[in-house]
Amino acid sequence: MDLVQQVREGNRVAIARLITQAENEAPEAIAALRELYPDTGRARLIGITGPPGSGKSTLTDKLVKELRKRGKSVGVVAIDPTSPFTGGAILGDRIRMSDLALDKGVFIRSMGTRGSLGGLSKATHDAIKILDASGYEYIIIETVGVGQSEVDIVKTADTTVVVSVPGLGDDIQAIKAGIMEIGDLFVVNKADRDGAERVVNEIRYMLDLNPDKEGWHPPILKTIAAQNQGIIELVDNINEHLDYLQESGEIVNRRKERISSEINDLILKRFSQKVTEQLAREDYLEHQLDKILKKEENPFNVVDQVVEKLLNN
Amino acid sequence: MAEKKIRVLVAKPGLDGHDRGAKVVARSFRDAGFEVIYTGLRQTPEQIVAAAVQEDVDVVAMSLLSGAHGTLMPKVVNLLKEQGAGDKLVIGGGVIPDDDIPALLEAGIAAVYTPGTPTSEPIEFIKANVK
Repeated sequence: MDLVQQVREGNRVAIARLITQAENEAPEAIAALRELYPDTGRARLIGITGPPGSGKSTLTDKLVKELRKRGKSVGVVAIDPTSPFTGGAILGDRIRMSDLALDKGVFIRSMGTRGSLGGLSKATHDAIKILDASGYEYIIIETVGVGQSEVDIVKTADTTVVVSVPGLGDDIQAIKAGIMEIGDLFVVNKADRDGAERVVNEIRYMLDLNPDKEGWHPPILKTIAAQNQGIIELVDNINEHLDYLQESGEIVNRRKERISSEINDLILKRFSQKVTEQLAREDYLEHQLDKILKKEENPFNVVDQVVEKLLNN
Repeated sequence: MAEKKIRVLVAKPGLDGHDRGAKVVARSFRDAGFEVIYTGLRQTPEQIVAAAVQEDVDVVAMSLLSGAHGTLMPKVVNLLKEQGAGDKLVIGGGVIPDDDIPALLEAGIAAVYTPGTPTSEPIEFIKANVK
């Protein structure tokens, strides 16, 4: 039986293989994704993001367990950083989820970023589609530990949960641009630690400054994930947000934005491959570099020439 | 097509709380450019195999210092076969008496490493044997 059919039927070996093929950009993966595309768009996509050590994996583990109690099947895509020096990675998110391994209603896949900078991995979108097409009702995407500007998750998930912990910085952090702008829900984890209430207040203050008073008001929840506290409320709030997206029609806008950004990325990727090929042809770039160093040529002219050639081909 | 990356599951089967060795190995695999999925301590063979299937790893590397290698390592090999994932390379390491090694190799563990082995050895072995 072919891989696509096996994925549709939820065969775990097949799902895993297809994700690997997508990560390796194998041509057969693109063919399979084309075929599976009509089966996607059914899952609810939840993004979990926050700084390293804030408890994203533990929170994900507890979220999955609560969703399982409610009878839902869950796919998890957990992302950890790839070394820019060796290309290797230690993917350790499963450590916090080891008792989920045997649950047939859960599929966990760890991915290395492989050079992607926005907090996700290169093939995250493909992995989500594959899990979606194989019937998982919820898909949780756990980003790498992020700093301030890795916000690709918001272009990927239906609901983005931003996880904070006490003790990371002052209230200026909360009004900076970037990660604090993308939360549909805010979680202050490790809430038994000193300063938790202050973090809650800082986030509330930040949200109060939002000019947009219409629509969804992001709730701020306190959790102690390691002790399974606050998880039921978190799942309830996530579901409420997803319902809000459906009822307000906002889901359509979000999905349109997501698809358009994906198309953009794919086009850029294809072009950048072509540019790389063209620059390598007959040592074109090497040749131009020598000229530029001698000031016989400049980078702007070279760019014009390359783009013109590409468009005429 | 991007370069294929070698994915390795580093697992600690059974009741054995010592993972310094597994972490050293995981780190050296990372530095060799592998993607290492580390499962943490006290995993049953069933959990290890479930993780190996979902992660679609090329290699399952088990570290065992408890003396239960004769039971647990072959069990992982058999479960992988049962679940249609028998093509994965399974290797093991730890405090394993020389006398036990032939039986492990016989049971389908592709290589067994004992204390003092340089980390380059399993790395070269994996590079040579993963298709």
